[in-house]
Amino acid sequence: MDKWECPCGYVYDPEEGDMDNGIEPGTAWEDLPESWVCPLCGAEQEYFEKMD
Amino acid sequence: MYKPITLADGIYSVGCRDWDIRDFHGYYINEGTSYNAFLVTGEKNILIDTVKSNFADELLDNISRIIDPKEIDAVISNHTEMDHSGALTRIMHKIGEDKPLYCSKMGAKNLKSHFKHDYNFQAMGSGDTLAIGNRTFSFLETRMLHWPDSMFTYMPDEKILFSSDAFGQHYAGDKFFDDEIGDEIMPHARKYYANILLHFSPRVQALLADVAKMNLDIRMICPDHGIIWRKDPSKIITAYDQWSRQEPAKKAVVIFDSMWESTTKMARAVTSGIESENVSVRLMNTRKWHRSDIMTAVMEAGAVAVGSPTLNNGIFPVIADVITYIKGLRPQNKLAAAFGSYGWSGEAVKILNKEFEEMKWEIVDDGVKVLYVPGASDLERCFDLGASLSGKLKEKLSA
Repeated sequence: MDKWECPCGYVYDPEEGDMDNGIEPGTAWEDLPESWVCPLCGAEQEYFEKMD
Repeated sequence: MYKPITLADGIYSVGCRDWDIRDFHGYYINEGTSYNAFLVTGEKNILIDTVKSNFADELLDNISRIIDPKEIDAVISNHTEMDHSGALTRIMHKIGEDKPLYCSKMGAKNLKSHFKHDYNFQAMGSGDTLAIGNRTFSFLETRMLHWPDSMFTYMPDEKILFSSDAFGQHYAGDKFFDDEIGDEIMPHARKYYANILLHFSPRVQALLADVAKMNLDIRMICPDHGIIWRKDPSKIITAYDQWSRQEPAKKAVVIFDSMWESTTKMARAVTSGIESENVSVRLMNTRKWHRSDIMTAVMEAGAVAVGSPTLNNGIFPVIADVITYIKGLRPQNKLAAAFGSYGWSGEAVKILNKEFEEMKWEIVDDGVKVLYVPGASDLERCFDLGASLSGKLKEKLSA
């Protein structure tokens, strides 16, 4: 599953999820709820870029 | 220019005071600020941070009082923002562009974006140590405190923390240390936290926990603005712990603006209602108070009432300015209520309630809207709104 990087440097890793904000490990980027934003800086998903 | 300030053996504060600045990217500064930079001399000479670009000559003059600036062997950049990196190009040109520039990984990326130039960036991560000459530095990335590139530099032998913007205050004066200025500095530190760091409060809590775990012995904290904490660095750490918890206090603030004084009358009645329940209150007219002072009052308050007339089916522009600003800084744990006078449609209260919801503030009442000029019974409703806000706040605090 692809990792996605926020302009602030935070990396969304599907294997880890984002438990602090209710995202279970194993949640693919595409399956994140629309309301999920960067837990570090608050940016919306559209600002993230897929990592190589 | 000032005589460099000695912080420890061979370590100096060489930055500049900006006595004149009042508007700091929309944050009103009452007493100017300083851009602190630090020079560590020894077998190798290291400069930590620089100053705003128009102070580059003054920085070089200050350094010249200790060493020839050309003898600087390396630069550490804790933060990319231009008030600290503005003089970097001048410094690098002076010392040689091949000299190492230590920064965080995001710092390397962001400094390159700022200056469109590839310096000899040496990206340091949390826990990395740099031994250079007879000095040792260790680094702690502090992402989003308050930019992606922010980092702390610590000197374990001297036990000095160079904390970038964290623990700073906008203050320019003839005092340089906490023991010289005493408690007078705290309102500046509080306003700085409210306007620069409040929205990253969960990160501040995580950072304080990390620092506690690392068991760092911190004898002195050198922020990039204002005075240096050398007598009691724990004072500002304790204050940051308190501010970042965002616990509600028994205080309220009434923020308002008015077109024909109708909303003013309502604001005064709301204020009297709040006072009737023995909650301390501040009444702040958005055209008399700067948004950054209102923000500080909001941070300290457990309850916030906002009054706006309806103008062209919307809220009043100055109120929109203040609300946008407050919203970005994400103050939490607030009770809220809206009020306002209107002429025909009266959308302001509904719009304010929506803003409260988006900020996750608890709305205690649907709000009070009054057609044209408030009469005695309308003002009574406003008084009751204030009393109800206070009552709910006291209930919450005693729960």
